[in-house]
Amino acid sequence: MQILVAIKQVPARDSQLTIAPSGEWIEEDDLAYEINEPDAYALEAALQLKERHGGEVIALCAGPERVLPVIREALAKGADRAIHVAEDHPEVWGTLACARLLAQAAETEKPDLVLTGLQSDDLGWAQTGVVMAELLRLPHATLVIEAGIEDGRVRVKRELEGGWFQHVSMPLPALVTIQSGSIRLRYATLMGIKKARTKPVRRLTAAELGVAPARQLRLRRLHPPRHDKQTTMLTGSAQEQAAQLVEILRHEVRVL
Amino acid sequence: MSGVLAICEHSAGVWNRMSFETLAAAQQLGRAQGWPVSAVVLGQGTAALAAEPAACALDRVYSLEHERLASYTADGFTSALDWLIARVRPDVVLLPHTYRVRDFAPCLAARAGRPLVSDVTGIRVEQGELIFERQLFQGRLNADYSVDGAGLVFVSLQAGAFRADAVEPGSAPIETRTPPLDETTIRQRPEAPFRESAGELDLGTAELIVAVGRGIREAGNIDLVRELAAALGAELAASRPVCDNGWLPIERQVGSSGQTVAPKLYIAVGISGAIQHLVGMKGARTIVAINKDAGAPIFEVANYGIVGDLFEVLPALTEQLRNAKA
Repeated sequence: MQILVAIKQVPARDSQLTIAPSGEWIEEDDLAYEINEPDAYALEAALQLKERHGGEVIALCAGPERVLPVIREALAKGADRAIHVAEDHPEVWGTLACARLLAQAAETEKPDLVLTGLQSDDLGWAQTGVVMAELLRLPHATLVIEAGIEDGRVRVKRELEGGWFQHVSMPLPALVTIQSGSIRLRYATLMGIKKARTKPVRRLTAAELGVAPARQLRLRRLHPPRHDKQTTMLTGSAQEQAAQLVEILRHEVRVL
Repeated sequence: MSGVLAICEHSAGVWNRMSFETLAAAQQLGRAQGWPVSAVVLGQGTAALAAEPAACALDRVYSLEHERLASYTADGFTSALDWLIARVRPDVVLLPHTYRVRDFAPCLAARAGRPLVSDVTGIRVEQGELIFERQLFQGRLNADYSVDGAGLVFVSLQAGAFRADAVEPGSAPIETRTPPLDETTIRQRPEAPFRESAGELDLGTAELIVAVGRGIREAGNIDLVRELAAALGAELAASRPVCDNGWLPIERQVGSSGQTVAPKLYIAVGISGAIQHLVGMKGARTIVAINKDAGAPIFEVANYGIVGDLFEVLPALTEQLRNAKA
């Protein structure tokens, strides 16, 4: 079975974010980057399916040269090969054009199953995977926490709201977006890291894929979140902060 | 035709209350732009349900009836709505940003070749142009978006961005339509929804809650929070990563995939405050946040904030609470 996993590189989780002087994006110079967390789970799900059913896992990632460590990490964890769509800022292309870029790249492999994270931790549109499915004319399911293959179909366990779940099955080929958290991520082994160096990474460009940017939305301005609520910050040492909070719980909140 | 089309959501005959937030937003946008406002209800046997939006100030309520819409499928809902949108030709389609909408709306927008501005927290009009506000980087920054050029735009609204009780009552005609849905359209085969946790723990009635997040780092540290909860006489709760890691059972999870709580006091320890968590607890009367990152979105909803190392703050707080109660 051919499994393609689309992964994205995003600023590391606890990065200090500064709005660039243009107001239209963040300062990128000193940022550390990592694999988007839901995509790490999509990769893990792909590797586990390969272990059960055999076949090949292909990692797909679009972005500038700086995404190469994320591709290497995927290869080190067990992906067999990778496709790097070399584009400086695919995210400003807009969701539809960016999904088209990824879909065209996926099309060159004819995968049985496409996996990706349910959303990115930076832009958080929660759309790219589903739009890829539409462009590739594949059936899809989102918010998936388990996926199994039986009789040419993929049967997934989806998360619904408020503690509910549902199983859904679809014929292969299909596209599934993975929710974070429900499986344990593996670490790359030393052997894996070594092997990754010799695994093939195919480089494609938007021009080769015949896709052009087609922005439909414009990011006008970034700004810090508005404070709807007046937050009283308690300062001082840990002991002093604790003492102030106890006073507040006693006199203001009245729960003591 | 033009105007706003609001897509309403229900399951098993029960309205998702975000549907009414969407209707309120649609009415407000309609008023601001001078546009007609309509709503759509999809399913099978939805006549009773459709009566409720039909009692709102709307120009029309479309009832899309089909046996193949009885259970939700991404393919069924996408095809039916795509069919309706091609006929109604709205300027803006509004949807609640629910898990279900996340499943089909990107498909619907892509099929129309138009953008979907998802998880929007506010809409305003600036010099005749619609500006959509949404959060980036998990709530750390906000961004204003506008649409390049003219044409249909899809917008999904974050829970709580608009008030359901702001819906203006009125009366609207119901127009029942049957979209063409043949068997081959729907590729997903859905099974019956189920609940998993055997636990019957209801945090919804708890008066005091101490909740712990990813900042606690490992299972062995949970006791620090357990002790604080005990000293306060509070229930222990958690954000999703803590339950995913098995550090606390899923029955203690608060947020969109867990329980919704509204205690007198909610102390969030090491919880950054992703929207999926906030929707489950922002109804608490008093919220205290303890987090090492001053930029964490949890401080947006907190009444009291402590920026500091929870491994220092928790023991100090537990000890002082014990002394205060002794």
